[in-house]
Amino acid sequence: MPVDVLIVDDSAAIRKILQRVLTQANLGVGKVFEAADGREALDAVKQQPVGLILSDINMPNMDGLQFLGELRSHDQWKHVPVLMISTEGSQTKVMEAVQLGAQGFVRKPFTADQIKEKLAGIL
Amino acid sequence: MVQELDQGKVVAAIRQATGDVFSTMLGVEITSLDAYRQPCRPEPADGVIGLIGLTGRWTGTGGLACTGELARKISGQFLMSEFTSVDQEVLDAMGEITNMIIGNFKNALEEEAGPLGMSIPMVVFGHNFTAGTTYSADWVVVPFACDGDRLEVKACLVPKPENKSPRRPAATKPEA
Repeated sequence: MPVDVLIVDDSAAIRKILQRVLTQANLGVGKVFEAADGREALDAVKQQPVGLILSDINMPNMDGLQFLGELRSHDQWKHVPVLMISTEGSQTKVMEAVQLGAQGFVRKPFTADQIKEKLAGIL
Repeated sequence: MVQELDQGKVVAAIRQATGDVFSTMLGVEITSLDAYRQPCRPEPADGVIGLIGLTGRWTGTGGLACTGELARKISGQFLMSEFTSVDQEVLDAMGEITNMIIGNFKNALEEEAGPLGMSIPMVVFGHNFTAGTTYSADWVVVPFACDGDRLEVKACLVPKPENKSPRRPAATKPEA
C-alpha cells in the first residue's frame, strides 16, 4: 500500500527537490503533502494522516525539533517515521533529534541517492 | 583591536562549504580565487545578496553575493528549471543555497568558535543598494569564478560582547 508523505521545509526549493526525489525513488510513495514550518506541519497531520515525514530543523514559527517533540507527545503520531534533513549537523542537534524519536538524519547538501538509501531503510 | 578568528580557517571553511554545495546539489564547477578582506563600510552594490545571522560566543553575519544573471543560472541548475527573471522562486533558491553554504561553514567553524545558532536566511535583489553591518571587524571575502561570472561568499564574526550591568548616571554636585 502506498505511503503518504509530508515534507516540512521553509524553502519551497527544497520541498520541490524532495518531491522530485520521492517521485523518482520507486519506494511506494503515495500522495505528497507540504508544510513550510512545524506549526503548519502539525495542522497538516491533524487533517491528513501520513506514513512518513521529512523535516528540516531551522524554520520560522516552530522549528523541526519542536515539531518532532510535539508530534511524539501525541499517541496517534508516536510511531510515524521522521527523517530529519538539515544543515544543522552538530552532534548535539543530531542526538537531540534521535532522542526525540527521529528515525534518521541527512545533512544538507544531499544527493538523491542519500535520501533514497535512508528512505529504503525506513520504509 | 578587535579579536578575530584565524582567517586561514575561515577561508578554508568557506571554500569547503561552497565547494560541497555546488558539487553535490548544483553540479556546477566553481574555481576559488584569492580571498581578501573588506571593511564593513557599506558600498553601493547591484545584484542578489543572501545573508544569515550567526550567534554564540561569536556573533556576526555570513552570506553570498552575485549578479542577478548568475543567481538565475544557479537557481536554474538547483531546480532544473529556466528562469528569465529574478523572481520569488529564484530568491527562495538563493536563500536555501545561502543557508546550506553558511550552515556548513558554521558547522566547520564550531570547533574553534563554539556552538553557533543561525537565523533564517534573508535575500535581497536590487540595483545600487547598500548593505552594511554595525560590526567593527572586516568581512573575509572568498570569491569564486562560476560560469564566466563571479560569486562572493563572505563572513564577519566578532566576539560577543559580555553583558555588563547598566551604569548608573554619575552623581553630580550642584554648582555653588
